[in-house]
Amino acid sequence: MKGWDYSPALESTSHVEIKKRYELYINGEWVKPASKKYFKTINPANEEVLAEVAHANEKDVDKAVKAARKAYDEVWSKISPAERAKYIFRIARLMQERSREFAVVESLDAGKTIRESRDVDVPLACNHFFYHAGWADKLEFAFPNRKIESIGVAGQIIPWNFPLLMAAWKIAPALATGNTVVLKPAETTPLTALKLAEIIHDSGLPPGVVNIVTGYGDTGAAIVNHKDVDKIAFTGSTGVGKIIQKAIAGTNKKATLELGGKSANIIMDDAPIDQAVEGVINGIFFNQGHVCCAGSRLFIQEGVVDTVIEKLKHRMKSLIVGNPLDKNTDIGAINSKEQLDIINGYLKIGEKEGAEMYQSPCDLPSSGYYCPPTLVMNLAQSSRLVQEEIFGPVLAIQTFRTIDEVIQKANNTPYGLAAGVWTDKGSRIFNLTTKLRAGVIWANTYNKFDPTSPFGGYKESGFGREGGLHGLEGYLKMN
Amino acid sequence: MSKKGELEIPDFRNTPTIDKVGVEERVARFQKRSIKTESKMQGLRMALNMIDLTTLEGKDTPGKVKQMCYKAQHLHDVHPGLPTVAAVCVYPSMVKTAVDEVKGSGVKVASVSTAFPSGQAPLEVKLMDTKFAVDQGADEIDMVISRGKFLAGDYNFVFDEIAAIKEACGKARLKVILETGELVTLDNVRRASDIAMHAGADFIKTSTGKIKPAATMQVTYTMLEAIRDFHLKTGRMVGMKPAGGISNSKLALHNLVMVKETLGNEWLTNEWFRFGASSLANDVLMQIMKTETGIYQSTDYFSID
Repeated sequence: MKGWDYSPALESTSHVEIKKRYELYINGEWVKPASKKYFKTINPANEEVLAEVAHANEKDVDKAVKAARKAYDEVWSKISPAERAKYIFRIARLMQERSREFAVVESLDAGKTIRESRDVDVPLACNHFFYHAGWADKLEFAFPNRKIESIGVAGQIIPWNFPLLMAAWKIAPALATGNTVVLKPAETTPLTALKLAEIIHDSGLPPGVVNIVTGYGDTGAAIVNHKDVDKIAFTGSTGVGKIIQKAIAGTNKKATLELGGKSANIIMDDAPIDQAVEGVINGIFFNQGHVCCAGSRLFIQEGVVDTVIEKLKHRMKSLIVGNPLDKNTDIGAINSKEQLDIINGYLKIGEKEGAEMYQSPCDLPSSGYYCPPTLVMNLAQSSRLVQEEIFGPVLAIQTFRTIDEVIQKANNTPYGLAAGVWTDKGSRIFNLTTKLRAGVIWANTYNKFDPTSPFGGYKESGFGREGGLHGLEGYLKMN
Repeated sequence: MSKKGELEIPDFRNTPTIDKVGVEERVARFQKRSIKTESKMQGLRMALNMIDLTTLEGKDTPGKVKQMCYKAQHLHDVHPGLPTVAAVCVYPSMVKTAVDEVKGSGVKVASVSTAFPSGQAPLEVKLMDTKFAVDQGADEIDMVISRGKFLAGDYNFVFDEIAAIKEACGKARLKVILETGELVTLDNVRRASDIAMHAGADFIKTSTGKIKPAATMQVTYTMLEAIRDFHLKTGRMVGMKPAGGISNSKLALHNLVMVKETLGNEWLTNEWFRFGASSLANDVLMQIMKTETGIYQSTDYFSID
């Protein structure tokens, strides 16, 4: 018998309804944009148009902020916290009931594999609503001896890598703490946020408490610059984060920014190598590497370099790259043409630098945006591939000799979002984790997320925390 | 570091460590593979052809063994074109009977030996046990390691014993049973796998079937990794036999996925992979009939042995 391949196992899309055109969700209604403009959102796996989506301009954003302000003043800040919790629970339940639909739409619009959207994105998004629903009427216990108040209107701008999950990360804590919301999803992935608007509508949430406005960077700028927005919550690139910080300087707006990263995964020579290799694979290739906390720098202690690289290559052979809707696909499509160009640009730099590269030998689909999983070996600390965030399935590999050296190198970056440590020795874990400057550090695992656990960065990876007790603080005034 | 093809005996105190949580995560990934339509049918037929149909009871008689040998060659004659199982596995006293029964069918005869299942006997007895089975015509020997010695840290004893049995096997292929349920940790499973392979095992096998837990996917995965590393280092292929606890088709298919993704397609034949199981065959047959006819049939439509 020669070979045994997996037959196609496509997730059905028959139960999913995507409208031809989506309007803006403002004040509990679907309204046509004042801009009269629409943009197309496509499936990056085959470049087919999925829907047309309204492009909100300043007037539309103003309308949304006004609706949010009115809802805050008249309803949301007045009802009891337990009532707020009921709505959030209802949203969580509705989302859970429609989880298959959400997973499929997310995979269609973002190019991520159905395995991940089904097993990670959607369940985690539901959990964020469930978790925060629980907090709504217990906030005084979360911050004992402090007087807490909601902030008002939160302007929230989210990225394209985890569209629904990021919407949940933003909306759930804002609602639990008594704020109203104007949220803008990314232009390449607006559909699940719009589906979420449908659910929010079905939940009977008072009009104006959550408003979803779609559009490009100009729409986001209109939110950031709107005078009546009290808080900006942004997840996205460090570049845009800097622009936002400049824009709100001198205003009373509060902000939390969750930005880029170039997180270090460190393999010591005593590590359980096979599990470390698996963790590195998940750390960099999860969601095609479009993860702000992706373990995109790998540090291997010199004694085990050959073994680790041999095993990484071996493991990469069994990764399946292809149609995101196939249940057996491990790596789906790159989110957009723009992002693919950025990634390929970095691969060119690597070639020019003469870096040693390895790409897994896989067949890529003929249409759509794909990038094979890539290792770039023997890189110097000064290489741009080590310094800059690539946001794709590209792993920059460096070696080190001593613990002090790896701590120095791992911290020698403008970023500080996450890190991973692989060693069999407990004391070494504690030593490294206290010295690495990163918001999240995983030991002998990677990319573990939970609503109860705060997430956020140091330095150019942003400030403020999302999730857990710490995440609530960003949406409260404390006295 | 040794060159490929050259065997260097490592210090078994320094075998690679295994992180249990990581292994559980990896195993969960295998279980998420969706095996449908053609690949499911191919996988089920492959699984049938990899089974070592086994009877290892104090009450075994030639009559019982003969019945099992017939079943091994005629799994479900209602459905023509099915493969046979890979082998029948019996006690040494039943080898002669089994050899006569399966002659010419391609089904191999495996015999347990070395004071199976406990292995608590002196080496001379174990060697005699093995030679007897080989002389009776066994194609394969399933030995047990001395778990007591292993747990006491006497790795050299375990190694030497396996090497001695391997010599006694002659042309018969040697499967080394680690009895992982008694080794408890995955670190121990990895170490015992490395010892067995370096001492000359043709196959490594999880369990006797007398101790639980037996062939969990975590244990099998750890052993497959050891086989892969041994192959990367020496260029030699070693077979794998999970035994005990794999009683349904779904689990069998998950095991095949694990073999494919850890070792590659080369291992997906009964020369390199076996299931030690008796009840698995009928569940696979039920699945095959279900796939072909569209309906589940009752267990009464499948002969028990």
